Amino acid sequence: MKGIFALLMLLFSTSVLAQSALPPAPYADRQISDPALERKAKALMETIRCLTCQSQSIADSNASLAGDMRSQIRERIMAGEQPEHIRTWLIERYGDWVSYEPTADPVLWPLWGAPVLLIGLGLLLLRGRIKKRRRS
Amino acid sequence: MARTGGSGMRKMLIWLPLVLFGGFFILFASGLLKPDDRVITSKLVGKTLPAFTLPAAASDRPPLSSAELVTGKPRLLNVFASWCVPCAAEAPQLMALKEAGVEIDAIAIRDARPDVDRFLRRYGNPYSRIGLDERSTVQIAIGSSGVPETFVIDGRGHIAYQHVGDIRADDIPMILQRLREAG
Repeated sequence: MKGIFALLMLLFSTSVLAQSALPPAPYADRQISDPALERKAKALMETIRCLTCQSQSIADSNASLAGDMRSQIRERIMAGEQPEHIRTWLIERYGDWVSYEPTADPVLWPLWGAPVLLIGLGLLLLRGRIKKRRRS
Repeated sequence: MARTGGSGMRKMLIWLPLVLFGGFFILFASGLLKPDDRVITSKLVGKTLPAFTLPAAASDRPPLSSAELVTGKPRLLNVFASWCVPCAAEAPQLMALKEAGVEIDAIAIRDARPDVDRFLRRYGNPYSRIGLDERSTVQIAIGSSGVPETFVIDGRGHIAYQHVGDIRADDIPMILQRLREAG
């Protein structure tokens, strides 16, 4: 029994960081049986940033905190909570930082404006070229 | 007239890529040279501590609920784990704070009672109450992103200050100052 337990511990151990020896939370790595709900949960998890491995989403991260967040998100979605409500709840705790989804915050206006500006610039260049070709 | 205007415009446009390159160069260089700051602070600082009730994490300490942190007197809420190395490094400083008369409660993250008991036997036990947060639920609810973290809770149950990372010896006067300010 002890041997089996030790083997299990080895299986679940991660060498990335010092982490908890506890097994992952129930829904950390288990999908919701309803595929529609799982899709909703997955879409949210892919846009929530991991607090431990900061360049990963919690869907990609092996950190134990990310696992706990995944489990919590799945459980809350199963309880009928809307993904955007959970996102807002998380932003209230960790700030905009925690979400990969860009907001309409004034600091992000250049981000939203850049494509319009670049397309405008491209059209201007194109018009110049066409005019030139017509003349020649 | 239109012609000279057009060529003037074209002359300006030639410089555009260089200007853009310069702009991006400055942007990236400043990003690279800025010291890396990966500290995620809780946005609940200054707000009410979320309500929670946790079971006991240690054999000889009572469990912890948020109501017990509202005592009219500021106290510390330490977020730690027996598996966390900096938490062990922080233990002497927490002991010193306790000896200075500070009440310290704790939340043990993703932990098990025998492990917490062993940790406290080895590094000392400065805590009045310790709650066990097996699935980081309370940790997420209070906006904590790792272990160890220490919160100053004022007498009315508001989070007055958050210290991210282990408390070093030279942080102690600052923590005491924060506790006085919260009183």
